[in-house]
Amino acid sequence: MTELTTFWHVWVSAIVIGSMIACGILLTLTFKNQKYDQETDQTTGHSFDGIDELDNPLPKWWMYFFWSTIVFGVFYIGIYGIGGWTGFSDWSSHDQWEREVAKAEEQFKPYYDKLNAMSVEELATNKDALATGQRIFSSNCSVCHGSTATGALGFPNLADNDWLYGGSAAAIKQTITHGRTGAMPAKGLKPDMTDVERTDIAAHVLSLSGREGSGDATKGAPLFAQACAACHGSDAKGNQLMGAPNLTDNIWLYGGSEKQIEFTIENGRAGVMPAWNDILGEDKIHVLSGYVYSLSQSK
Amino acid sequence: MSTAIEQPNYNYKVVKYFAIMAVVWGVVGMSIGVLIASQLVWPELNFDTPYLTFSRLRPLHTNAVIFAFGGCALFATSYYVVQRTCQTRIFSDSLAMFTFWGWQAVIVAAAITLPMGLTSTKEYAELEWPIDILITVVWVSYAIVFFGTIAKRSQPHIYVANWFFGAFILTIALLHIINSLAIPVSMWKSYSIYAGTIDAMVQWWYGHNAVGFFLTAGFLGIMYYFIPKQAERPVYSYRLSIVHFWSLISIYVWAGAHHLHYSALPDWAQSAGMVMSLILLAPSWGGMINGMMTLSGAWHKLRTDPILRFLVVSLSFYGMSTFEGPMMAIKTVNALSHNTDWTVGHVHSGALGWVAMVSFGAIYNLLPVVLGKKQGEMYSTDLINVHFWLATLGTVLYICAMWVNGIMQGLMWRAVNTDGTLTYSFVESMDASYGGYLVRVIGGLFFLTGMLVMAYNTYKTVSGAHAEQAKLAKA
Repeated sequence: MTELTTFWHVWVSAIVIGSMIACGILLTLTFKNQKYDQETDQTTGHSFDGIDELDNPLPKWWMYFFWSTIVFGVFYIGIYGIGGWTGFSDWSSHDQWEREVAKAEEQFKPYYDKLNAMSVEELATNKDALATGQRIFSSNCSVCHGSTATGALGFPNLADNDWLYGGSAAAIKQTITHGRTGAMPAKGLKPDMTDVERTDIAAHVLSLSGREGSGDATKGAPLFAQACAACHGSDAKGNQLMGAPNLTDNIWLYGGSEKQIEFTIENGRAGVMPAWNDILGEDKIHVLSGYVYSLSQSK
Repeated sequence: MSTAIEQPNYNYKVVKYFAIMAVVWGVVGMSIGVLIASQLVWPELNFDTPYLTFSRLRPLHTNAVIFAFGGCALFATSYYVVQRTCQTRIFSDSLAMFTFWGWQAVIVAAAITLPMGLTSTKEYAELEWPIDILITVVWVSYAIVFFGTIAKRSQPHIYVANWFFGAFILTIALLHIINSLAIPVSMWKSYSIYAGTIDAMVQWWYGHNAVGFFLTAGFLGIMYYFIPKQAERPVYSYRLSIVHFWSLISIYVWAGAHHLHYSALPDWAQSAGMVMSLILLAPSWGGMINGMMTLSGAWHKLRTDPILRFLVVSLSFYGMSTFEGPMMAIKTVNALSHNTDWTVGHVHSGALGWVAMVSFGAIYNLLPVVLGKKQGEMYSTDLINVHFWLATLGTVLYICAMWVNGIMQGLMWRAVNTDGTLTYSFVESMDASYGGYLVRVIGGLFFLTGMLVMAYNTYKTVSGAHAEQAKLAKA
């Protein structure tokens, strides 16, 4: 029962139209049966706990106002329809949306055509393109990557020239268009990893960026080769084909403290960058790629 | 005024209990409101614990002010009004007392489960299925007590206030049961039996009628008794009350679709929601006109009577928010207002300005009576006046801040550059809303301070009355 069936069409239409007719009848009958057509101090004769009720007529302005809203309702329903009948105008919100999109595309097409004639690298130095790209970024990407594109825990910094999937113009465009799914399995390729082994691996990983952990880094090195090297490489410099991060540069997607690294090894990680092709379309992605590309060019 | 009839022996105990708890829950619910409003200005105030995050406290706030404060006020006034206007004692003392303890149990259960993150996720119907069943039992008992009292009335007619209370009780039973139908998977988790568009439609049929029947029809019942009582004037027009009662309860039922404008709800259902919302304006205003005109000839009393002031100002806010509602239901306006703070402001002009103020007036009127004094004879009339000004200022600050924020957000979200991109990112609209959020906290603090003044006044009135009774018993 996820869409409106005929029953609902009839039910709702009957309530709507029935209520309007009933209100009209009630207004007419009450107006006809009024004893007084001016304000009066006559009561109805009822008295409740000392409260009397006057028999005043319906205020005329109010009654006409009520009628006018009912008449408006009849016209409005006639134009826009009810219960699956689309009315005399045959209007639908979907059509209206399509018309608006078509109009916008026609209006902005020349501008994007001009930018599309340039390469991503050229856009990265074009003032107009950067302004447009920055706005697209603010409205769509900043929620995760931050308004300065410097990222957050679990969301990569895009301004530091350290890339999970590559920082070439083509790679950036590919990432935005189709999204990325980064999956690190829990305990890597060693599902029987013990707590001690995990701490030793973490010590080895820390040693790669010149730090010390509480475990034994020399014991950790062969364990790393066994559990982690398949993706991160035997030199731990990562692999951009599968988005495996470089573990030697002291840049951490999920935090670089010993505790955070051990948590990552123990539980794995699943990072998702959504695909934007259906949302932004090729033209805007092209311009956006130019902006993102520009962020790390001075670095 | 007709001559006083000898009074039957009314059950005032349950009225007193509910009235006092309305004040207590008012303080609690509004304090949580001020806290979450402050969290939007100073996010550190969630103290880094999940139990105090905005997402969990917000439903606790709405449940506490609507169902705990508003609910207790409705129970107190309806039990009071139905006895006095039917000139008979309440149908069943023990069942009435059960509704009191049952309702308090529901509130306490809400206060425990919501901060724990247990929620059905339906707005204004967040409580999980075991609590929903308790609500149903209490509500059916409430209906039996109320309609039982009506049935044994010693008056030939049923007073208009009772029509509204009756419609409110019946419709809320229907709304609550149908919207809360769910399949439990464990003690504290269930899934709605509806899915997709139907779920949204049923939810907002419920959600808007919770506003329409709980917060409008029920409180119109309060208005219809306490305004003529406090003003000592006859009700302006019996005919108007008939027409606006029947049209209000029939039209309200399908206005809820305006919550789903520009959603997956079929276009025609959205159109119907807009039309019904517009037609609702005249029936809503019928109540305001009847209340205001009841005061004609008694306007001078406003100079000296802060209780009457509460009642009149509540009607003004009622008139304003029932005008604003249909306007916001117009699709073109809704395109701007939807999802902005304007909606929050609209709700609060109704909740603070109408619901809370009419409840304050009614409780100030009835509490002394159930304690054996004259109506409105609270410990301090000056403190009622202080409360009135704090509440009015607080409401005005609150809703103005939200109007400014809401319209600004709507305009910022739709602003487009010449290259087709949005002029402002979302966070820029949040940044621009900061000032309004601060003003809202200040407005909320005013309102809460007023509520605390009322709590003190209530405490002094009740303890004073008890001391007097003890003295009488000794002598």
